[in-house]
Amino acid sequence: MSRKRRRLWVLLLCGLGLGSATALTLTAFQDNLVFFLSPSDVVAQGAPAPERAFRLGGLVEAGSLERTTAPDGRPAARFRVTDGAHTIEVTYTGVLPDLFREGQGVVTLGRLGPDGLFRASEVLARHDETYMPPEVADALKRAGHWDPAQGAAPPAGSWNRLDPARMPGRDGS
Amino acid sequence: MDHASPLAAEARPPAGRGSLHRFANPGRFLRLSGRVLPWLTGAALLALAIGLPWALLFSPPDWQQGETVRILYVHVPMAWLAMGGYLALAIGSATALVWRHPLADLFCRELSPVGATVTALCLATGSLWGKPMWGTWWVWDARLTSVLVLFFLWLGHAALVRAFDDAERGARMGAILALIGVVNLPVVKFSVDWWNTLHQPASLTRLNAPALHVDILYPLLVCALGFTLAFAAVVLARTRAAVMERRVRALQVAAARRAEMPTGDRMAGSVG
Repeated sequence: MSRKRRRLWVLLLCGLGLGSATALTLTAFQDNLVFFLSPSDVVAQGAPAPERAFRLGGLVEAGSLERTTAPDGRPAARFRVTDGAHTIEVTYTGVLPDLFREGQGVVTLGRLGPDGLFRASEVLARHDETYMPPEVADALKRAGHWDPAQGAAPPAGSWNRLDPARMPGRDGS
Repeated sequence: MDHASPLAAEARPPAGRGSLHRFANPGRFLRLSGRVLPWLTGAALLALAIGLPWALLFSPPDWQQGETVRILYVHVPMAWLAMGGYLALAIGSATALVWRHPLADLFCRELSPVGATVTALCLATGSLWGKPMWGTWWVWDARLTSVLVLFFLWLGHAALVRAFDDAERGARMGAILALIGVVNLPVVKFSVDWWNTLHQPASLTRLNAPALHVDILYPLLVCALGFTLAFAAVVLARTRAAVMERRVRALQVAAARRAEMPTGDRMAGSVG
């Protein structure tokens, strides 16, 4: 019995040591583990060395999206990425992902110029954790509870049990 | 891990001593699991027969992802099984290391190929989902990378326990690897909360306020139940097969020994 108990203690101590070592390592490398910087991060710490590529993430600000065509005929876009506190202007030439829209999360890879303009070479859409049928989304929009261009959906508790079959005609409820 | 101990004596604990030992008896395990396995398989098939058509045909599309959202019904159960299965591997490994149950070793050995398979399916479905929605097959963000590490841990365990001529030594090395790998589990789970990632946070943090509409949530839960039961049935069947294989081998060794011994004795007798 005592041998088993000793093995158990050795195992628990090893686990404790390994766990704290991992926690310390992850904390130390915190800055390297983030996939993108928010506009506030960029303002707070300054852009990571001028002309060095980094990822900028946030929401596409409502009303900021301008779609144009580049001289070579490719589609181009200009929009502002915001996290509520700060915004950064982004330009991109190329095809945007299907989910790209105002109010959607995006992660863009590019360089921040001295003029404050972020020139992206890649734009990825980042959707949130909500999933709802089209009828429910339409009902929320019609009732004025939600404008997707303004950002995230209202708290899930307010819509995750709505009956889509009874949605049309009962907008204001 | 420990000093040399009388392994042979400890490997077969006297039956009936302690509550855990009772279930570690291979004979009793074979009898019990033989009775449970048909029911487990039937329940898994039933849940999947209800859940998959419901999820893939009759549930609504997502308002912005459209029909692509149906990958969720396979991707999320596979992700849960990859992590839940690894937790089972860790518990089995701790049991094997501390209490030296031969059955726990066999369970871990048979679990890891199945765990590697579900983790591979999780990564593959995630990649297929990422291309149309995010615009990329793969990124090195914390969630995706930590799940890839989980996949390598599963593969590494499956390979390591089979890499030794001495099965017991292989099982011990595998158990140590599995327990070291446990530190990756909270990293997988909380990576989306601790760091900025491309992967979105969990939709199902609290059951009373899921961020999924119930028309999407309920088929997901039935699919998850079905895949979990199927996972358990496959692992149980594999463990049973391994126990029986080991018995057959022991019987063959004993038979071979019996076939040799008398002739040896007779020859010794004739000479003397």
